[in-house]
Amino acid sequence: MINLKVNGKSYNVDVDPSTPILWVLRDALELTGTKFGCGMAQCGACTVHLNGDAIRSCITPVARAAGQEIKTIEALSEDAIGKRLQKAWIEEDVPQCGYCQSGQLMAAAVLLKEKPYPTDNDIDLGMSGNICRCGTYQRVRKAIHRAAAMK
Amino acid sequence: MKNTTANRLFSMKKTIYVVLVLGFVTAVAAPVNSGNKIIQPPIQATAINAKIINPIVDKEKIQADKIREKESAEAFKEAYKVLMHPRCMNCHPSGDAPLQGDDSHIHAQNVTRGKDGKGVYAMKCSNCHQKENVAGLNMPPGDPNWHLPPANMKMVFQGRTPAQLAAQLKDPKQTGKTLQQMLKHVEEDQLVINSGWNPGEGRTTPPLSHAEFAAKFREWIEKGAVIPK
Repeated sequence: MINLKVNGKSYNVDVDPSTPILWVLRDALELTGTKFGCGMAQCGACTVHLNGDAIRSCITPVARAAGQEIKTIEALSEDAIGKRLQKAWIEEDVPQCGYCQSGQLMAAAVLLKEKPYPTDNDIDLGMSGNICRCGTYQRVRKAIHRAAAMK
Repeated sequence: MKNTTANRLFSMKKTIYVVLVLGFVTAVAAPVNSGNKIIQPPIQATAINAKIINPIVDKEKIQADKIREKESAEAFKEAYKVLMHPRCMNCHPSGDAPLQGDDSHIHAQNVTRGKDGKGVYAMKCSNCHQKENVAGLNMPPGDPNWHLPPANMKMVFQGRTPAQLAAQLKDPKQTGKTLQQMLKHVEEDQLVINSGWNPGEGRTTPPLSHAEFAAKFREWIEKGAVIPK
């Protein structure tokens, strides 16, 4: 049994300690907002927060998260940065197919937490690990600037 | 006329006296002045005598020193082959992004070092690099302390010649470490050992084993950390 704190709730899950966090979230806890993309930390679709860092859940063994705080897209809008990002994403109409967007948002939240008013260069550095096949990058950039400017 | 001639004679005599006096003073003072310098003739003579008296010992020492210096430089050249291998050099890049692969291309996602060498924002090393290698071909390799050198001490290997790299490693201003601390990094740092010699499936390892590499690095330092030509 591994104890996990996900989105403020405590869970005991009976899985192999090497199981990637992604599959525990999706299959055991039915939190399917986090997506499977490449399975080798190359695309960013599976990004969730582990103690506030934007980890790639597809390759992170669940053992690393034992007793730690996980936050997923389902709970992102519970804090001020998440709320602003959600609003900005809607206002800029960012997603096209939407598959990468939960990862994009989780990455953007860490960026804004550590750099409240990011430059274009900060956005490039912070968001370059999240790939979008629809090419929504310009709208992602605009939405991050918009969220930063919101009060 | 007579007066004038007498004056001239007097002037000549005066000049001769002055020259003689100066000559005497110089002769007396010279050994005293140059007493502290090696060029003083009697000391030179002594030095030559010493060499003649004890020629074998000096020659042997000079010869031994030369061999030691040569061995130090040779040891560094061996260690250099490891330092410049992609498993080591890829995390000692000339730019701010780490490198990947045996062709040392820029790391996917254009990951950057950040101030502490541990990445920036949503792009921190440990977001993908776990405490251990992830199983499978070309999956992210791991270590609990995965990082690049920090921004204020970049420790660039990429593009350095053996002489440049040896000089850099000896300079605490460029390394933040004494040579002994540097040796410790090479011999004991788990990140060095893991990323170099347990790099995960699909990656080559340096031409020497870690033990051989550490021994060469130690030999380089213990024999004088000579900068190879």
